[in-house]
Amino acid sequence: MKLESMNKQVTEEIQKVVEKYAGRREKLLQILEEINDVYGYLNEYVMKEVAKSLCIATSEVYGVATFYSFLNTTPKGKYIIRLCQTISCDLAGKKQIANALRNELGIEFGQTTSDGKFSLEFTNCIGMCNQGPAMLINDEVYYNLDPEKAVEIVKKYQ
Amino acid sequence: MLGKKKQILFSPLEQGKALKKAVSFVPKEIIEQIKNSKLRGCGGAGFPTGLKWELAYNAPGKQKYIICNADEGEPGTFKDRLLITDHAKKILEGMCLSGYAVGATEGIIYLRAEYRYLRPNLIKAIDEMTADSLLGKNILGKNFSFNVNIHLGAGAYVCGEETALLESLEGKRGEARNKPPFPTEKGYLKCPTVVNNVETLCYVPYIVINGPDWFKEFGTIESKGSKLFSISGDVKKPGVYELEMGTSVKEVLDLVQAENTKAVQVGGASGVCIAEKDFDKPLAFESLPPGGSIIVFNKSRDMLHILKNFMEFFVEESCGQCTPCRDGTFRLLEGVKLMEQGRCSIHYLKVLRDLAQTMQIASKCGLGQLAPNSFLSIVDNFKGEILARDRAPESVHA
Repeated sequence: MKLESMNKQVTEEIQKVVEKYAGRREKLLQILEEINDVYGYLNEYVMKEVAKSLCIATSEVYGVATFYSFLNTTPKGKYIIRLCQTISCDLAGKKQIANALRNELGIEFGQTTSDGKFSLEFTNCIGMCNQGPAMLINDEVYYNLDPEKAVEIVKKYQ
Repeated sequence: MLGKKKQILFSPLEQGKALKKAVSFVPKEIIEQIKNSKLRGCGGAGFPTGLKWELAYNAPGKQKYIICNADEGEPGTFKDRLLITDHAKKILEGMCLSGYAVGATEGIIYLRAEYRYLRPNLIKAIDEMTADSLLGKNILGKNFSFNVNIHLGAGAYVCGEETALLESLEGKRGEARNKPPFPTEKGYLKCPTVVNNVETLCYVPYIVINGPDWFKEFGTIESKGSKLFSISGDVKKPGVYELEMGTSVKEVLDLVQAENTKAVQVGGASGVCIAEKDFDKPLAFESLPPGGSIIVFNKSRDMLHILKNFMEFFVEESCGQCTPCRDGTFRLLEGVKLMEQGRCSIHYLKVLRDLAQTMQIASKCGLGQLAPNSFLSIVDNFKGEILARDRAPESVHA
């Protein structure tokens, strides 16, 4: 969903979420997570509106939005592939998986496919160290990967 | 096989038995039991759990909180994932017992974003226990209520540090706080708060049922009971193992069928990397702090590559709040890259060692204080392998 040019709906959505959390400042992370879930990312307008409805500075919202790796401040693909890059997965062959995904999707890590379907990212330890290499696609976890298996899994999302 | 074996968390537990027993005692007595058991925090720091509870119990305040730290992000650690998947009710009962002891009616599980797929499992367990009157209002018909909510993290390793976790719970950037005040005095929303690791909470019902002396029968002088170890790397049988405290590294290697082992990383990226000369050492707080992660490297592995992976991790995960950690992790990684290119002088390595020691003293939180551990231990234990490498061609630096 494109965030730009739909400010009215966005404002309504934000109001809904903020009300759900009774406008409590300490729920900012939850609020941002929910809006991030709906639109895939948080743009300047969203951050300003959230700040307004919680009566805090926009910079505070921006500070939180940019601190956490699961909150996006730029548009991302519908499916975010997060390949674990930490040591156990690295030893188990992360590099080959990375190469296979790069070739299959035709993008580099940190990029999104032109059809807006996939973003490719590295992530730190996702706790699948005994079954590496492992990756997350949105909220699903995949492990014991080999290059072919990884590509097959990604294809299921296409 | 191991000569001494103690299974606590992996032994069956009758759900609710500990709570039924606990409500017949006054809260102070439960705290005494946990103190006497010498249970220590399983997140890595090893702080005495009973003492933490006592501090929160004594702290003035109407509203108190029990937080379960399920932000398991230490590289090589996955024991909490297993507990959340297969033993969720033990965690919840531990939280509820903690709430009863401390005088808290609210519990929050801080679940890392990477484990979001485990949330339905936790919600199911909460619902079932509420239906069984083991959570919620008037638990077991007594005048005691305890609610548990789940708070999702959003991807930040530093939030495993308890004060950074509290900041994150309050909807802020996960930047560690100054201590004091300690969370037991002023934690979540300035209320007295207990932050316990998932595994620590799981031991609590067993201790309440079987008594502190039973728990103390096992382990070493400073480290009682057992501990879960997440074992990965170059081994035939990776996985989560429950081992008695004091088990030696050598025994662990035999158990998981590791061959041609060159080095063992104990305690994750924040821990230390030991060489063969230290494989006889026991895993216990007084020797090799157990943390929960054991990563095994065989003789084919390049220690510099491993060190680089750890340092890249810390550069990314440093919150950037304090200079020793923010700049220190960056400089150490830069140094590792120089070594990789065969361009690090012995003199410069000494400068880096000094920097690493400064970080241990001057960093604000555990992340920066522990980040140099892997650097120092790999540099010291594998000097011959990582120093004075062949020079890489100049163009690499472009």
